Amino acid sequence: MTGQTFLFQLLNGLSFAALLFFLASGFTLIFGLMRIVNLAHGGFYLVGGYVGLTVATATGNFWLGLLAAPLAIAAIGLFTERVLLRRIRGQELPEVLLTVGIAFVFADMSLEIWGGDPRSVPIPGFLRGGLDIGFMVYPRYRFFVIGCAVLVGVALFLAHSKTRIGAIVRAGVDDREMVSALGININKIFTGVFIVGALLAGVAGLIGGGLLSLVPGADTEILLYSLAVVIIGGLGSLPGAVVGSLIVGLADAFGRALLPDLSYFTLFAPMALILVVRPRGLLGRQ
Amino acid sequence: MLKIADVHANYGTASILRGVDLDVASGEVVGLLGRNGMGKTTLVRTCAGLAPPRLVQGEITFDGQPIHGLPSYQIGAQGIGLVPQGRHVFGSLTVLENLQVAARAAKDGDDGWTLDRVYGLFPRLKDRFNSRARNLSGGEQQMLAIGRALMTNPKMLLMDEPSEGLAPIVLGVIRQQLQELKTQGLSILLVEQSLGMAERLCDRLYILGEGGVIVWEGVPADLNADERAKRVHLGV
Repeated sequence: MTGQTFLFQLLNGLSFAALLFFLASGFTLIFGLMRIVNLAHGGFYLVGGYVGLTVATATGNFWLGLLAAPLAIAAIGLFTERVLLRRIRGQELPEVLLTVGIAFVFADMSLEIWGGDPRSVPIPGFLRGGLDIGFMVYPRYRFFVIGCAVLVGVALFLAHSKTRIGAIVRAGVDDREMVSALGININKIFTGVFIVGALLAGVAGLIGGGLLSLVPGADTEILLYSLAVVIIGGLGSLPGAVVGSLIVGLADAFGRALLPDLSYFTLFAPMALILVVRPRGLLGRQ
Repeated sequence: MLKIADVHANYGTASILRGVDLDVASGEVVGLLGRNGMGKTTLVRTCAGLAPPRLVQGEITFDGQPIHGLPSYQIGAQGIGLVPQGRHVFGSLTVLENLQVAARAAKDGDDGWTLDRVYGLFPRLKDRFNSRARNLSGGEQQMLAIGRALMTNPKMLLMDEPSEGLAPIVLGVIRQQLQELKTQGLSILLVEQSLGMAERLCDRLYILGEGGVIVWEGVPADLNADERAKRVHLGV
């Protein structure tokens, strides 16, 4: 592998990691606080992408799509948490089955509304084409995706570690009952975190729709990658989502380049290995 | 201030409390004693609105308002500060964050609890403000659990076995700090297994005994003189 192809795959891995981070961060925050494995997260992604695509195409404005996708999915997230999940709070099996059910409903409705052909989000002119970084040219849009993930990651980190709401969320991860006994309505915190997670999945859908394509099955595929991220990084850990996204993104890019026939193996073998050595993930709570 | 009347509570199908009556007047420190497994924690959790257990009969009023059946966050917001058994500090948060999370402004006119006032009562917490709560000693965690409850500006503290697992010297410090709270006029329901700390701190005592009912009540001096009650109900 030459230096240039190495760098090329490195950037591919980083931009995929950036996309995964949008999904995994919300996924891991929701799990950490509410102990819900939201298997509808891939559905949030795909529907977010389609909604954003529709708005972006209709208005000819990518940024309106980027606004519409998270708003639509946040509303769906609000409904999912308030109306559906709240009824079965704390019952793990019904919670998982419900999120699987939502995922199926989303998948079928998407197929009905947007059809089965792969669709791509039209990206704005100035993000099209390549950016010459001296010794090679690399797609501008992928730099944009990386930049967005870094911005969102920093914002999430600051909100999570420096604000009182963030401290309440972390306290809720430690001991939900005690947070409630202090006079704080933990249900509102649950709703808020679920909405943030859904919103980020919606953003990911639109951004991913410009990077990959939106197609039936993309929801389960991205969900699988996100699960690998949070298992490797540690369920419930935000820094774990960063580390996990980088590992999965890079393993995927280099796996595809070096051992194309074994790309799933190069991705899931490290995951299995980490599960054996550190069942809670690299940065999971002890 | 707190009035518990004919409270029956179950854990699953097991009936734990079968008609408990107890009250705490404003500014009073009341001890609830009893051996392990008599239902003291069940009573505390019932008052705090935590489930399980499940209240099946009876009434709990606080400041004249019924609070049974309310979600725990509303009970907390009405002014009952819980210091739970096992402390339950937020281990991954720093001492300062534990206190900040709990902070709620006092009702109008009260000069309420602030960070400085809590640090004044527990100087040890100020020294360790930036440590993660899980790295504190048992005594420090207990102080943090009390300080955290105070930050909600409660009208009353509900304390479940604060002396559990603490060395006598640490216990002495915490007792003095509770004495200080009492002097400041805070109402406390103090749940303990043994007479030790409650004897010197409490104005009145109840013993929760076999059958999930109050089997003795009176002032500490009377209990101290009552060898039979101590032997039968506290196993001393």
